[in-house]
Amino acid sequence: MAIQRKSNIHIMDGNQAAAIAARLSRVQVVAAYPITPQTPLTEQLSLFVESGELKAEYVAVESEHSALAVCTSASIVGARAFTATSAHGLAYMHEMLHWAAGARLPIVLACVNRAIGAPWNVLNDQQDSIAQRDTGWIQIYCRNNQEILDTVIQAFRIAEQVYVPVMVCYDGYILSHTEMPVDIPDQADVDKYLPPYKPHTTLDPANPKNYNLVTLADPRVGVEGKLCHGYMELRYLLQEALQNSRETILDAGQEFNKIFGRDYARMFWEDRNEDAEITIVAMGSLAMEAIVAADMLREEGIKVGVLGLRVFRPFPKADVVRVLRKSKLIVVFDKNISYGSEGATCSEIKSALYGTYINASIRNFIVGLGGRDVKARELADATRKAIASLKETVINPDYPEWICQI
Amino acid sequence: MGTRECNHICDESSPGIGEAGSTGEWRTNMPVIDETKCTASKLNKPTCFLCWLYCPEAVMTKGIPPSINLLYCKGCGICAQVCPVQAITMAPEKKNL
Ligand code: SF4
Ligand code: SF4
Repeated sequence: MAIQRKSNIHIMDGNQAAAIAARLSRVQVVAAYPITPQTPLTEQLSLFVESGELKAEYVAVESEHSALAVCTSASIVGARAFTATSAHGLAYMHEMLHWAAGARLPIVLACVNRAIGAPWNVLNDQQDSIAQRDTGWIQIYCRNNQEILDTVIQAFRIAEQVYVPVMVCYDGYILSHTEMPVDIPDQADVDKYLPPYKPHTTLDPANPKNYNLVTLADPRVGVEGKLCHGYMELRYLLQEALQNSRETILDAGQEFNKIFGRDYARMFWEDRNEDAEITIVAMGSLAMEAIVAADMLREEGIKVGVLGLRVFRPFPKADVVRVLRKSKLIVVFDKNISYGSEGATCSEIKSALYGTYINASIRNFIVGLGGRDVKARELADATRKAIASLKETVINPDYPEWICQI
Repeated sequence: MGTRECNHICDESSPGIGEAGSTGEWRTNMPVIDETKCTASKLNKPTCFLCWLYCPEAVMTKGIPPSINLLYCKGCGICAQVCPVQAITMAPEKKNL
């Protein structure tokens, strides 16, 4: 679709892209605690607030737990709230992540993916956000800086429609500190795309309400004489909201395309899957590396396609099955590990395929932990090894292979 | 019948007496107001009411003297603590005597 507009391309890193997106989204409250590699993002936001470019309250807090507590309070009284963190900061937010999702508050959090200690490491992998998989947040992963900017804006639209908080994840350093061209949208267009936040909760002294008090397991009749949800019914509604959020995510992507000319009406990115017999699955910036690996393998005549996971929660089971139906071999690369089992995205792919007619072999490789460089050549080598493993036992199919030097 | 009709997506309720259910049998001490000491009673004016303000269960009424809904009073003793003239004492529940 032709968009009649002069481009406004600037060279910037991922943190700047996220900060500009928060500004364009007209966030009203920012509460964040600096942590490597997210720090420049919070610095940029506080500069925006200081200079008056962003009319928001920047609440300086003493910890990440407090940062998300501030955002939770702000959101429940009707302010659009944004926070950002990485690794240990996200782990420290864990309790409040549950609280924000349970209270159904449309907060947007930028997670700059970083490894978690021990031992200390400030470099990239995706263990931090994967470890928060079950907190009830939507999780979207970005492959480049343009996607970071675009996804933060979309995240507010999605969150405020389904009342589920959204975590926008992007790889530390690989994206957060690497400069790329990014097209900055016009404020007027973002305003058109993102209507003001309508909270489902209100703070009104004339009509006081309790929110999220001790809630019994069973439904009960409230003081107004109406039957109210019990704890379990509320948990069901959160699951239902995530299950049904796919349409909202796709719609947010499609409407984004109409206004900005970049198409996000997809749960994952695809590359040459039409005739692929082998599919490489990777999430975040790793999906870009996988495309280069696919190029190498295609040159050898191996029909390889790439599925670059974008939305990890809700996991797009049906969409994945549709794409993988012709695959004979699926090679999943994970920048995380569920210890004692396998990579988290590999488990998701297996679970999506269960009970379908697809009987592809699946091989899982753990790569890039703690910032270990992942080269396209290594992904191609691993894929060749996975192909060989179909005929001879070169790897144990029950557990993931690690690309490391042990 | 299920709870679909309830249009809340997170727990939401209006503050009200007995929101958390009646206290039942477990209270060990109950507040008793001495009218001869209570400022509101002595002045015969709606005044002070710190006990009403601080009661976490909202079971105190702004009467002269204040009255307590013992069905929901949990016996925390906050009213006795905040009363500036020590007009409230915490008496052991009769069933415990
Ligand atoms: S004992 Fe506690 S609950 Fe009872 S009236 Fe006093 S302050 Fe309220
Ligand atoms: S706090 Fe004490 S003096 Fe004040 S109204 Fe209550 S009982 Fe009376």
